[in-house]
Amino acid sequence: MNPLRVVTSRVVVLPDQNVDTDRIIPARFLTTTGSEGLGAYAFNDWRIDATGSPRPDFPFNDTRAEGAEILVAGHNFGCGSSREHAAWALREIGIRVVISSEIADIFRANAARNGILPIVIDKSNHAKLLTAAFQELTVDLERCEIRSEQLGVMEFPVDAFMRRCLLEGVDHLGYLLTKLDAIEAYEGAAS
Amino acid sequence: MTHAQPATAPRTMYEKVWDAHVVIPESPDAPAVLAIDLHLIHEVTSPQAFATLRERGLRVRRPGRTLATLDHSIPTLPRRADGSLPILNNDAARQIELLAAHCREFGVHLHDLDSADQGIVHVMGPDLGATQPGMTIVCGDSHTSTHGAFGALAFGIGTSEVAQVLATQCLLQRRSGTMCVDVSGQLPEGVTPKDMILAIIAHIGVGGGTGCVIEYRGEAVRALSMEGRMTVCNMSIEAGARAGMIAPDQTTFDHIRGRAMAPTGEAWERAIEQWRSIASDVGAVFDRSVALNASGLEPMVTWGTSPEDAIPVTGLIPEPAGDSRRDRALRYMNFEGGEPIAGRAVDTVFIGSCTNSRIEDLRAAAQVFRGNRVADGVRALVVPGSASVKRQAQAEGLAEVFVQAGCEWREPGCSMCIAMNGDLVEPGKLAISTSNRNFEGRQGPGARTLLASPLTAAAAAVTGVVTDPRELINEPVTAGGVS
Repeated sequence: MNPLRVVTSRVVVLPDQNVDTDRIIPARFLTTTGSEGLGAYAFNDWRIDATGSPRPDFPFNDTRAEGAEILVAGHNFGCGSSREHAAWALREIGIRVVISSEIADIFRANAARNGILPIVIDKSNHAKLLTAAFQELTVDLERCEIRSEQLGVMEFPVDAFMRRCLLEGVDHLGYLLTKLDAIEAYEGAAS
Repeated sequence: MTHAQPATAPRTMYEKVWDAHVVIPESPDAPAVLAIDLHLIHEVTSPQAFATLRERGLRVRRPGRTLATLDHSIPTLPRRADGSLPILNNDAARQIELLAAHCREFGVHLHDLDSADQGIVHVMGPDLGATQPGMTIVCGDSHTSTHGAFGALAFGIGTSEVAQVLATQCLLQRRSGTMCVDVSGQLPEGVTPKDMILAIIAHIGVGGGTGCVIEYRGEAVRALSMEGRMTVCNMSIEAGARAGMIAPDQTTFDHIRGRAMAPTGEAWERAIEQWRSIASDVGAVFDRSVALNASGLEPMVTWGTSPEDAIPVTGLIPEPAGDSRRDRALRYMNFEGGEPIAGRAVDTVFIGSCTNSRIEDLRAAAQVFRGNRVADGVRALVVPGSASVKRQAQAEGLAEVFVQAGCEWREPGCSMCIAMNGDLVEPGKLAISTSNRNFEGRQGPGARTLLASPLTAAAAAVTGVVTDPRELINEPVTAGGVS
């Protein structure tokens, strides 16, 4: 996992509430047996119409979205299915940070394990960020703050373990494998 | 922040099950290491996890605590004359083959398509008696919350976590908040557990349970059969809660007794004693509590693109309100707003999914279909949740009722709920479905979904329009409800 310390990039804003993981990656693309190649289908049915033409009102189709690494989303982003494919698809289109006033539990965990920082921020700062479409923003995980010329500095809360894993690129499975002694002791006592 | 409490402090059921599975307690710097009793896997969210194990030279730590089945990508049409399966495409075929190969390589028991136990993963576990009170159960599927109906702590995980559980039989977890949903009163006739959970989600919202494990309790919950409890817990994730739980009681024990993986003899007696001890203590404190009365509930149906968009079948579709989410949902559903939901013509009816494909769901639907015909121009699919449910439905004559009525009676699988296996709703068509998600495109690109109970879906199938099922029922209905 690539460490994440400071990300400076233009912001894409998807203000819709309750964007579910079916909208991030529709189920018919889940027949893959790998985790690569899903970026091509990110937001597929929102991004393109039935004829395959890009929908002009979809923010990721704006030329200013090119290279954007920060997504500001409406309340309760990533609800629904547990498919990690949603995080893989976002990672592949270059997203490193997702900010919302609420992020669904399973998506939030999936994102963090794939090097994407999920930030849940208070409603008033969230409302400001929703107005920041295509502005440049800096997300600083070392200092736990978001900075922008227009909006100033906002602090954000983050789980200490998630922060360390993202900063150092800690692999969760590798970490868990260091706990095998305790796991064996538990299993011995339970059996 | 530690959650250690004196042993005498009253605990919720969630806290008791959590405490019993802590390998390493959580600390401010690290999540807990939590032991997992049962790991269910299927073809869609496991291939990448097995690949991780192979890359790192790891084995499945506890193959005996891992159960596999095929459900998401498989066709629900029978084998062709030459014995081959009508699989949607090469990718789906590859997923199906890979799961079998991985299970052989890693020593995991696969209930494959020719097995007498194959089924939707959340129907199969309880069918087998593998799902038991007090367990921790995970699966790479968000509807794992279903198993909480037995008083298990059961939740969906991502594929990276599937790899963690395969390799260590443990997960890194932070403790959740607790929420209590107390449902008093009695469900009226024709109102089912599906209507109860849709009403709860409409009340607390699609994100109302985020960060929480919900415990359902109260007179109306106690009165539910296990099938009904599974329907309720199944949709906990539709309120944002990773897990839902119901305290085990005699109804639970009677359902488990005698199943293939249930304890027997002295072990059964010991198990019952232990299971009785996991209910929340009197005085246990929940972070949040919500109360509803079942007596005033009506059959529910959704009008929009979120499970929280549920209204009584007698109600009106909400009018546009300058609210971007509601207005987008009305546009997607092609509703003006302000009109009654009853009377809308439906094209497709889907009875199935991990929410409503168990025997009581099929009995309820059959009660409406018996002596009736599917309306002209309507396509109705009835998909049993497992091979065992299918056999029982055939033995009870329900399958014949469906076929006589003009329904397509299928093989077990996820089918139209996920629309990645060949079963889907055509673009623009209006479907009434007993599944769990009405998201944009969930049942196929451009498909429009109304969520409802098996009774309400069957009623729409025979009339061709959204119909209050109470108008069609002459006999008292249990519908996965009152036991």
